[in-house]
Amino acid sequence: MFGFYLLLAVFLVLAILILIFRVSRLINVVKGSYEKRVTASNKVNGMLMMAFLIVGFGLAFWYSWAFYDEYVPPIASDHGELTDKLFWRTMWITGLVFFITHVLLFYFAWKYRYREDAKALFYPENNKLEMLWTGVPAVVLTWLVISGWMAWDDIMADPSQDAEQIEVFGYQFAWAIRYGGMDNDLGDYDYRLIDNTNNLGQDFSDRAGFDDFQYKDLVVPVGQEVILKIRARDVLHSVYIPHFRLKMDAMPGMPTQFKFTANTTTDEMREELGDPEFNYELACTEVCGNGHFSMRKIVKVLSQEDYAKWKAEQKSWLSKNPSYMSQVPENLKELAVVSAGIDQ
Amino acid sequence: MATDNVTVHEPEHDHDHDHDHEHHETFITKYIFTIDHKMIAKQFLITGLVWALIGGAMSAIFRLQLGFPDADMSWLQPILGKWININEAGVGSLDQGFYLALVTMHGTIMVFFVLTAGLSGTFSNFLIPLQIGARDMASGFMNMLSYWFFFVSSVIMFISLFIETGPASGGWVVYPPLSALPQAMDGSKLGMTLWLVAMVFFIASSLLGGINYITTVINLRTKGMSFSRLPLTIWAFFLTAVIGVLSFPVLFAAALLLVFDRSFGTSFYLDDIYIGGEALANDGGSPILYQHLFWFLGHPEVYIVLLPALGITSEIIATNSRKPIFGYKAMVLSMLGITVLSFVVWAHHMFVSGLNPFLGSIFMFLTLIIAIPSAVKVFNYLTTLWKGNIVFTPAMLFSIGLVSVFISGGITGIFLGNSAIDIQLHDTYFVVAHFHLVMGSASFFGMMAGVYHWFPKMYGRMMDAKLGYIHFWFTFVGVYLVFFPMHYIGIAGFPRRYYSFTNFDAFSGFTDLNSFISVAAIVTLIAQFVFVFNFFYSMFRGS
Repeated sequence: MFGFYLLLAVFLVLAILILIFRVSRLINVVKGSYEKRVTASNKVNGMLMMAFLIVGFGLAFWYSWAFYDEYVPPIASDHGELTDKLFWRTMWITGLVFFITHVLLFYFAWKYRYREDAKALFYPENNKLEMLWTGVPAVVLTWLVISGWMAWDDIMADPSQDAEQIEVFGYQFAWAIRYGGMDNDLGDYDYRLIDNTNNLGQDFSDRAGFDDFQYKDLVVPVGQEVILKIRARDVLHSVYIPHFRLKMDAMPGMPTQFKFTANTTTDEMREELGDPEFNYELACTEVCGNGHFSMRKIVKVLSQEDYAKWKAEQKSWLSKNPSYMSQVPENLKELAVVSAGIDQ
Repeated sequence: MATDNVTVHEPEHDHDHDHDHEHHETFITKYIFTIDHKMIAKQFLITGLVWALIGGAMSAIFRLQLGFPDADMSWLQPILGKWININEAGVGSLDQGFYLALVTMHGTIMVFFVLTAGLSGTFSNFLIPLQIGARDMASGFMNMLSYWFFFVSSVIMFISLFIETGPASGGWVVYPPLSALPQAMDGSKLGMTLWLVAMVFFIASSLLGGINYITTVINLRTKGMSFSRLPLTIWAFFLTAVIGVLSFPVLFAAALLLVFDRSFGTSFYLDDIYIGGEALANDGGSPILYQHLFWFLGHPEVYIVLLPALGITSEIIATNSRKPIFGYKAMVLSMLGITVLSFVVWAHHMFVSGLNPFLGSIFMFLTLIIAIPSAVKVFNYLTTLWKGNIVFTPAMLFSIGLVSVFISGGITGIFLGNSAIDIQLHDTYFVVAHFHLVMGSASFFGMMAGVYHWFPKMYGRMMDAKLGYIHFWFTFVGVYLVFFPMHYIGIAGFPRRYYSFTNFDAFSGFTDLNSFISVAAIVTLIAQFVFVFNFFYSMFRGS
């Protein structure tokens, strides 16, 4: 019943509005204001342009200033400092252009609004001006491109030999994390070997994989380079750690990678933010199905000593699932038992 | 659905163009299977507007979800039926799969059906013959086919909204393997097939139209109408058609290969996939091959929707400033520059897709170059306004609004085009804000400006100016209130296409701002009905 009344109310309001519209039109016809080409509303629109400019900029400046800490997440990686520096450099330059062009646009619109006694200036071209505003943006953009290149090359450069190898594996709708183990070398895999237990399709004919282990969180050492080896099982996913300024798609059939060095441990960041509950998080940013929004993984940054300690405590995947020893070739069985740390 | 509305008594204007049509015309040949470019333009316009309302309504629904994630949505059940899940407590919530379907269809509809067909289709058809002094399009029959292919495409896309498994829902870019594997999500079942079929018809329509526009502009210009005198609108439509004809076939190829992968067991895009408990036999495909093919259309598509809007604006700003456009040659050159560059920047959508980083740096360079011709256009608009005698018709207001949103959205392109900065911003709300301003709003403003400006030429009546002012100010302020705050949410790192942000601590803030955006979006959408009323009222009873 409420719905019916609501509908009736909307209908009545609409009817009244249309009636007002009708009446105002008729009044205008009687007054003859339709004959006049440019009416008083021209001035109102010009004023509104200026009002929009002032209020708009006021709001934008206020919000950008007052909520800075809320919309800029703290940085926790080396390359993040670099990209954020570039971001703010671009912000200052483009912000200035944004400000000037908008002031000119709305000021001109207000200042040169129609006057009966005014006459528009005939000014069809000026090649010097065109050269000026082709040249200046070109120079500024060259600077931005070069600084962008330098940062991009750094970030995408090959990882160092001793970078910590960690595999991030996306599937609908979660992540699995595999560590290279004591030899810091991830073993081979084949998607055909995936089953309910061997969720990553590890290939145990490769000796590098014997000591690999999985852990529920992504744990990384602070101040040491980490190379994420990224894969996906079913559809596209994308590894995204906002505080590390890190993002890379995960694809079935096309492994990708991203190297980074975390520079603030979880504990340090908790202290800095005064939030004992704080955790770095890993999210998915490539739409992958209904559960896309829920692919959360906690990321822990430990001091190097803590990391080494934690790593030494981990049991290899093979030792937790000894039945997969049957997939290890005969000549490597002995080695597998030792490096996987299987008790006999 | 479209043509029935257009039963207007046209006054006998444009006699020059009509006198070869003196054979007897029935209702069907005049209004439905018409070969008259003006009537076809109106068909495109009305169909485009209907789509705009549908696409807008979709955004209202997902904005409700984003702004008020805890609200009871059961009142939407009469419209959405099983897509509203009711729990034991009787509280309804939007289905997660359907949320993705909504954003997917909103994107597809707005980009292709409204801003490509509705904008180019309408104004290229209407203005090209009128402004170059041709009697009609080079091929009236192809022109008619162009509309009816579009209509068939529309019908198929519309039907896909009502099928059991729901419409396509992998985002408007429909990346495989998600879109290729029916077992990955419901939206990749029949809905995806219908999406592909509809797009094939759409591409055919777009090509028929494009070839026609190009031929007409090249061959049917009246005596003295040299290329250096061509109005900027026509230059824009011409270059748009060139871009479309060169890039749409690539999307066609991408769609065709996707159809093969989906239905015939090929592996163009599929490799090493384990899904639903089995390892698929597909081997050797490349998932980013599709992305290359898609964005080879996808990026030029941005200019397909934008250039006509810029062309329309050039004409309207010049007319209502009572001045000739400043720097005609620079305007044409910058449009030519944009046209050429639009084909060599596509991979800036793929910086973090596993693309070779060296290619990334090349595409960064090429992408940022586009800022130069765009800046030239903006400065020329500003100089045209300078010392003018500006009459604020609704069309002029929308044109000035276009320049404003074009600046705001264009500037953020410099962030996103820089691959190092894009690592953080890619697929966040910053991107959403960027393209909604520079492509969505700018093109929509261009379309509205065009409608207000040429309505009298189309229907022989005036639209009401006061309602136009109300419409403009609600839309202009609304667009900024909706999209400007999204920049902050994007810098904070909120990813796109998220049904809800509650799972993450990092994305738990900004709930107030999200609610604010949703309210602003819904108010702005409601304000569009002022335009709808004005449009249809004026068609019959305008002065």
